[in-house]
Amino acid sequence: MDWVNALAQGALLGGFYALLAAGLSLMFGVMRIVNLAHGLLAVAGAYVGVVVVEDAGLPLWVALVVAPLVLAGFGYLLQRGFLNRAVDLGGLVPVLVTFGVAVILTNLLQEWFTADSQSLRSGSFGTASVQLADGLSIGLLPAVTGLAGVLVVAALQWFLARTRSGRAMRAASDDPEVARLMGINEKHVYALATAIALATVGLAGVFLGMRTQFTPGYGDLVLIFAFEAVIIGGLGSLWGTLLGGLVLGVTQSLGSQIDPAYGFLIGHLVFLAVLAVRPAGLLPKVAVA
Amino acid sequence: MSLLEITDLRARYGEFQALSGVSLSMEEGGVLAVVGANGAGKTTLLKTIAGIVPVAGGSVVFDGHDLAPLAAHQRTRLGIAVTPEGRRLFPNMTVEENLLVGGHTRRPGVWGLERLYDTFGVVGDIRARLGRHLSGGQQQAVAICRALMSNPKLLMLDEVSLGLAPVVVDQIYATLPTITEQGTTVLLVEQDAGHALAASDHVVCLLEGRTVLSGPSDQVSRADLASAYFGLAPSH
Repeated sequence: MDWVNALAQGALLGGFYALLAAGLSLMFGVMRIVNLAHGLLAVAGAYVGVVVVEDAGLPLWVALVVAPLVLAGFGYLLQRGFLNRAVDLGGLVPVLVTFGVAVILTNLLQEWFTADSQSLRSGSFGTASVQLADGLSIGLLPAVTGLAGVLVVAALQWFLARTRSGRAMRAASDDPEVARLMGINEKHVYALATAIALATVGLAGVFLGMRTQFTPGYGDLVLIFAFEAVIIGGLGSLWGTLLGGLVLGVTQSLGSQIDPAYGFLIGHLVFLAVLAVRPAGLLPKVAVA
Repeated sequence: MSLLEITDLRARYGEFQALSGVSLSMEEGGVLAVVGANGAGKTTLLKTIAGIVPVAGGSVVFDGHDLAPLAAHQRTRLGIAVTPEGRRLFPNMTVEENLLVGGHTRRPGVWGLERLYDTFGVVGDIRARLGRHLSGGQQQAVAICRALMSNPKLLMLDEVSLGLAPVVVDQIYATLPTITEQGTTVLLVEQDAGHALAASDHVVCLLEGRTVLSGPSDQVSRADLASAYFGLAPSH
């Protein structure tokens, strides 16, 4: 039963990784931007949670609403102010800009919140669990986090497929010049995509703050896991990102079952194996010349 | 008032002067054909009107609006639509999604999904297929319908015959009266001077970025058009 339990925990962890990675996947899928600030932005979301819950004394659910809104606003302004110009310049410029954003944000967070570890108190929500069988129990927080990951990916997929703005994003991604000829303001559409991506990462950040202790430097580890989920699943594919998150979460969990020290390592090895065998990922977005 | 008034238009790609003095005027309704050899500036003219290539000099006035300061998406909202050279459908979208993107501006008018499916039956039949899975003729039909979804006042067609079988080209040209009957003015960019003359009310010939001939299509002889096309002295 230990292995079944590990598998279940891994699947829920995978949902969390998909939640962390969904925005990274969206930004790459729409604008081909590799956002090196992504992990740090998740941590920033956790700090917004700290301000809302620890400083303002508001309930946790308020943080789950406010953090995505704050990050979405920041994302829109970031795209309109800097990243759109970087996308126009092409090449490595967008990556370098996001790297610069990560460096600046890290220092700002250290200045405002110090480098001490912090966490969000989640109370009984963080400790409650359901015993499904002997040796198999599911924690409420991991279950809600994992489910949030699945729902966010499904919602993004629905948005892109079924809404006017979603279709505009896909059009601008496929052929920006023709999208303009269709009356689409691709600068606004890109900013909207970044706002949505950062809203999801803000949500992920609050869950991150409830699950673990974090510092401004914690973003590097988050970025690695998000990258691994996106690349295992296939660059730019949201369902692929969900699958990648699940593969990463399950392998880490099963690896920890073998030896607690090997969980992350085995996850990284699976990532390397996927890169070697299927460099485009398990569910790659169809490329068209 | 003219629908489109272009005066001494200039445009360049970097140091290369692609348009160096194009003038033309279009009244509402009907079809204007712009012909010329490869590199004459036809596609650049169309892209400059659409806002993809900036105006470097002269003026473009559409329906009373100076287009120079407007971005491409703003020009579409004024009622300018384009089917680009090579069709350029969104390859990862279905035909219906391509059409819905074409209607992004939500300009009011007669054209909508059902109307287009009724009028262009072939497009309705393939509505669920991906853009990348269509034949050249199907792509061209969808590209025209996609442009019509914005209910444009001016529809610009860039090289509709390029790479298509003659029978398909004839079918595409046969749809033009249906479009103009609904009040849409058509600007046709073509290398195929024969088709252009037959389908248009007025013809303009470009040579090396300049207007070298302009007149009613039924009064321009093929010989004069050929002379202008190749930069030769008029035949009479």
